[in-house]
Parts: sequence; structure tokens; C-alpha cells
Amino acid sequence: MHYLPNILFAIALIIGAGYFAKHVKKLIRNIKLGHDIDVSDNKSQRWKNMAMIALGQTKMMHRPIAGMLHIIVYVGFIIINIEVLEIIIDGIFGTHRIFSAIGKPYGILIGAFEILAVLVFVSVIIFWIRRNIIKLKRFWKSEMTTWPKSDANIILYFEMVLMTLFLVMNATDAPFQDMNSGNVISQFIAPWFGSLSESTLHVIERAAWWMHILGILVFLNYLYFSKHLHILLAFPNTYYGSLKPQGQFDNLEAVTKEVRLMMDPNVDPFAAPAEGTETETPAKFGASDVQDLNWLQLLNAYTCTECGRCTSECPANQTGKKLSPRKIMMDTRDRLEEVGKNIDLNKGTFKEDGKQLLDNYITQEELWACTSCNACVEACPVSINPLSIIMDMRRYLVMEQSAAPVELNSMMTNIENNGAPWPYNQMDRLNWKNE
Amino acid sequence: MSELLNVPTMAEFMAQGKQPEVLFWVGCAGSFDDRAKKITKAFVKLLHKAKVEFAVLGTEESCTGDPAKRAGNEFLFQMQAVTNIEVLNAYEVKKIVTACPHCFNTIKNEYPGLGGNYEVMHHTQFLKALLDEGRLTIEGGQFKGKRITFHDPCYLGRANNVYEAPRDLIKKLEAELVEMKNCKRTGLCCGAGGAQMFKEPEKGNKDVNVERTEQALEVKPEIIAAGCPFCNTMMTDGVKHKEKESEVVIMDIAELIANAQDL
Repeated sequence: MHYLPNILFAIALIIGAGYFAKHVKKLIRNIKLGHDIDVSDNKSQRWKNMAMIALGQTKMMHRPIAGMLHIIVYVGFIIINIEVLEIIIDGIFGTHRIFSAIGKPYGILIGAFEILAVLVFVSVIIFWIRRNIIKLKRFWKSEMTTWPKSDANIILYFEMVLMTLFLVMNATDAPFQDMNSGNVISQFIAPWFGSLSESTLHVIERAAWWMHILGILVFLNYLYFSKHLHILLAFPNTYYGSLKPQGQFDNLEAVTKEVRLMMDPNVDPFAAPAEGTETETPAKFGASDVQDLNWLQLLNAYTCTECGRCTSECPANQTGKKLSPRKIMMDTRDRLEEVGKNIDLNKGTFKEDGKQLLDNYITQEELWACTSCNACVEACPVSINPLSIIMDMRRYLVMEQSAAPVELNSMMTNIENNGAPWPYNQMDRLNWKNE
Repeated sequence: MSELLNVPTMAEFMAQGKQPEVLFWVGCAGSFDDRAKKITKAFVKLLHKAKVEFAVLGTEESCTGDPAKRAGNEFLFQMQAVTNIEVLNAYEVKKIVTACPHCFNTIKNEYPGLGGNYEVMHHTQFLKALLDEGRLTIEGGQFKGKRITFHDPCYLGRANNVYEAPRDLIKKLEAELVEMKNCKRTGLCCGAGGAQMFKEPEKGNKDVNVERTEQALEVKPEIIAAGCPFCNTMMTDGVKHKEKESEVVIMDIAELIANAQDL
């Protein structure tokens, strides 16, 4: 019976990690439903971007208050995880504070954790106040429906509880308090439990220890269902993020092929396909559903933290239009999740469900309100590009459905006929010099 | 204005067996829009003043395809692009300057993938270079001490990270450059990009150009400087909407510099 806690701990760890691995596998499968794109270029710049934007949080600081608070929570998260390593070793081998063997540095380490835990706790409270009491506009836009709102708060409660448990665990750990090194915060909490017997104290310490580690395992498995996934995906997302100037939109290769054929005077338009060549199905232009997007756009969707900086910078949204770049990302993720569940239910293949990203999630009105100004792309702290999805969906509307607004159709007809978006003759292009 | 401008074409240069220093890509707005034509002429006068050997394509120029591409018509865009690239390559064009950030962005970033590789400059960058090389001098003239705010065109600023060239030029006018609360990286769009210029806006509670004009009027400028013919139109409409046209004028950077020297 002596080994029972160790066994229970190992089981909890295996279940927690196992479920998490299962979710990660599903995540990767869903992201891979997108088209392939080549992002193998310029590795050094990509590492640099990841270091600066994800690790260094540079873009978070464009809004200093939220940026500072976020950095505290983020640094706290990373550093306090060293403590989790100790907990795991202790849990498996039945040791107690195994790292304390390193002596004085251990006190410094735990002391730093304790200070960070308090800072994280305070930051998270301020985050909660900004969302629920000050009600910052970007957290209350129409796409922030029940789940996104609760999700954000659940994450904050989780962190409050985990930090509290960590401090209580230290405060009720009699040998640790006796050591009197590293208990910079918990020494002030310890007296609250002062009247309790040693055995009760030990029970509380064990309970806090167990709830802390089990809480972390539950939180780990909560990620997949939450915007909190960004703590992992921000890294690949910033690594794979575009290195091109924001104004450069990709040239559709399928179109280039056709344009080259049209412009080539040596092509026989009536030629039958050569013997033995498969007639390939013509590529679909643009995107009407998530499978038409590329995997980076799908990774973008899972990475989105719903912070709404994009939407608050969007000129269309600021002037009351329906378009919200954040909603574009959330819709893409929600539809991708729906497609993923469909695949799970149908033994690995997608069964037509009569729905798609266009119209069932994102309306044409939203798509046509975009000015392609890149404000959303610039605003995103983790290199998400909502504009590329909007453009791909416009491409589908125009090239597959001929569903552009009437005025745009006449603009395009003008370009086709006389090389300008207005009905002026190309031969009059130089008239201005004589006017 | 009735004086004749000397505007040579690439065809004329070729007939003489010469290459100009730079091709001036006028663009559709610069060729046909009455307001934008004034910008085109102001820029041409500056080119002459700085003794730049330039040429235009004239009737051989065609839309870059930018509005078609942003509207989603990749097919039409690439048709335009490939046709233009054929013309440009036939003339062995190396360097292009344009007063339209949309043409600038498209030719600079989207043409290389289709076989068109040129050094492309926005006219504010080009003027700044002429200034640095001592080929052009700028005097404050009538703009000395005036309050001027610069509206960043999205396709020049965020899209291509050009923020300083237009501002450096305004400072050279000895004018007082004031910044709007949203400028440079966070500059607000005028509402014309992404082919919005050619359609009615979606339903909302305000037009984007009015919002942007309000931001500009907040800093109480005498002049709103622009670097894009479409922004120019949108901001002019915005100022009219706010009934401020007697107090605030919208001028392109090229016009500011040309007017300062009474060109």
C-alpha cells in the first residue's frame, strides 16, 4: 500500500498525457485538411520571427497595459512549469521536493516562483476586471457569444485557482517553512494555518499538491477546446507566418497556367488531349470551405486567441459594418472542428453535410466590406492573417460563382475592355498632358 | 492650365534608340481622374525641374489589375499583368516610378512572380532620392509654417513599410507636420482599398472616409497631405461631408512641392 500514491500519480499522468496526445493528433489531422504550401524558405528569418514575436512578445507590447499583464502571466507560466517538473518527479518516485538537494539556489528558485505566482494572480484579476467590469469593447462584440466569453473567464479562474493552490501548498509544507529559504510569500500565508495540527496541515499540503498537479493536467486537456491553444500554437504560427510585404497577395498558380495557355499563340485551342493523359479535374478557384484553404490558414484559425485587436483596428468594423476579422478566424476554426467531427463519425472520411464555410458561417456581406488595408494583419500579436481568407473567399465568389456586387462587375468589365476601371478609352490615356 | 507639357513616350525613346532613366507609370486615376491628373502634372513638372529623363507608356499603359485582384478576379488580374509585363519587358524597362501606391504595390510585389522584375519606387521615394542627390531643391514657399497632417496610404505604409519618405518631404517644406492619433502602422484606411472605390459600402453606421476625415480634422490641419489618388478623392469627399472645404485642403505631396516652387 506504500506505493499507492505513486501508482495513482502515474495513472493520472498517463491519462492526462494520453488524452492530450490524442487531441494533438486530431489537431494535426484537421490542420492537414488544408492545401499544402511551401514555407521552407528563409529559415533563419523564421526562427528570428518566432523568437521575437512569440517568445519575445514584441507585438503584444503595442498595447502596453494588456501587453505588460500578458508578459507577467506568460513568464509566470513558463517559469512555474519548472516546479511542475519537480512535482512530476516527486509524484512518481515518492520523493519530497527532490530539487531542494541543490541547496541555496533552490530557495532562490522557489522564491521567484512565489513572487511570480502572486504577480500572475494579480494580473489575472485585472484581466478579469477588464473583461467583466470595465467591459472593454473588443471583448463584447457580437461574435463574443456565450462560449467564447465563458472560455475566457474559465481560463482566468483556472489560473487563479492554480496559483492559490501553489501558494497554499508551500505555506502548509512544514519542512519547507522550517527551511525558511524561498518562502518569500508563503511565510505570510503560513500563519493563517498556524492553529492547525501538524497532521491536518500535512493533509492540506497533500491536497493542495494533488489538486495543483491534477488541475494542470485538466488544464492541459482543456486547451484543445479553448482559445488557450495559443500558448502552444503561437510558436509554429509565428514561425510559418508570412515573410513577404503585407501588400503582396499570392498569385494563384492554377490561374497562371490557364493565362499562359491563353496567351500562347502556339496552342491549338481545338486540340484533343494527348493519348493516355488523364483528364485532370480543373482546380477550384478560391475557397468556399475549410478544405479549400491552406494548412497555414487553418493553423491560424486554431491559434487565434480571440483578443480582438484585429477587429478593433478594422475600418469596416469601426464604422459599423458586419465584417470582423476575429469572426473570420473563429468561423474558420468552428467549421474546421465541425468537419473534423464529421470525419471522426464517418470512419475517417468526410461525409457531405450540406454546409460550408461560405454562407453558413461567413456571409458575403462580411467579405465585401473588407478594404484589404491589412490593419488586422498588422494588429495580430501572433501573425494571423484574416485577410488571406477573405481574399480566397472573394476569389471563389467571383471566379466560381460570378457573384461579385454589380458595381464591381462593371469595374471589371471596364478593365477587360479598355484597360481601366472606368469606361475611358485606352487611346485617351495620354490626353491629360494637353489639357 | 493650358501650357503644353513635354511628356515623351517609351515608343519615342525607342525610335531614337535611347533609354530613359525611369519609366513614369501614370496609372488609371492619374490618366483619367480630373483631380488625379493634377497630381500627374505636378509630378511631371518636378521631373523636368530635376532634369530627369523619363518616359511614359501612354496609350500602351493599361490597368495593373490591382482592383480586379482585390475584388477576387485573379484571372483578370493575371491577364492584365502578363500583358503589361510583355510591354515593359519589350522596352527593357529597369526602373519604374508611380504616384499611385496601388500600382506601386502590384508592380513591385506581384509582377515578379509573373516574370516582371523592375526597381519600383513610389513618387515620394523618388522625390526624396532626387533631393538627397541634390538634383532637386525644396523650398517652403507658401507652405512655410502651415499645419500639415499626412494620411498614410495603406498600400504604401503597412503594405510596404514606406512611412518616412513622404514625411521627410513635408518637413523640407518647413511646414509643421502633425500626426493623427492613428498613423503609420496603425493608420486608418480611407475606405477605397480592396476595390471599395468602385462600389457602394456595405451597411454600417458611418462611411470609412468620414471616420478618417474626422481623425484628420481632430489635429486641426490646414492641409491634409496624401500620397495616393484614391485616398485623395476619399479625403476630399470626407472634408466636403464635414463642410470644412473652405478651411482644409487635400493635396498630394507632389503638388505641395511643385506649388511651393510655383511650378
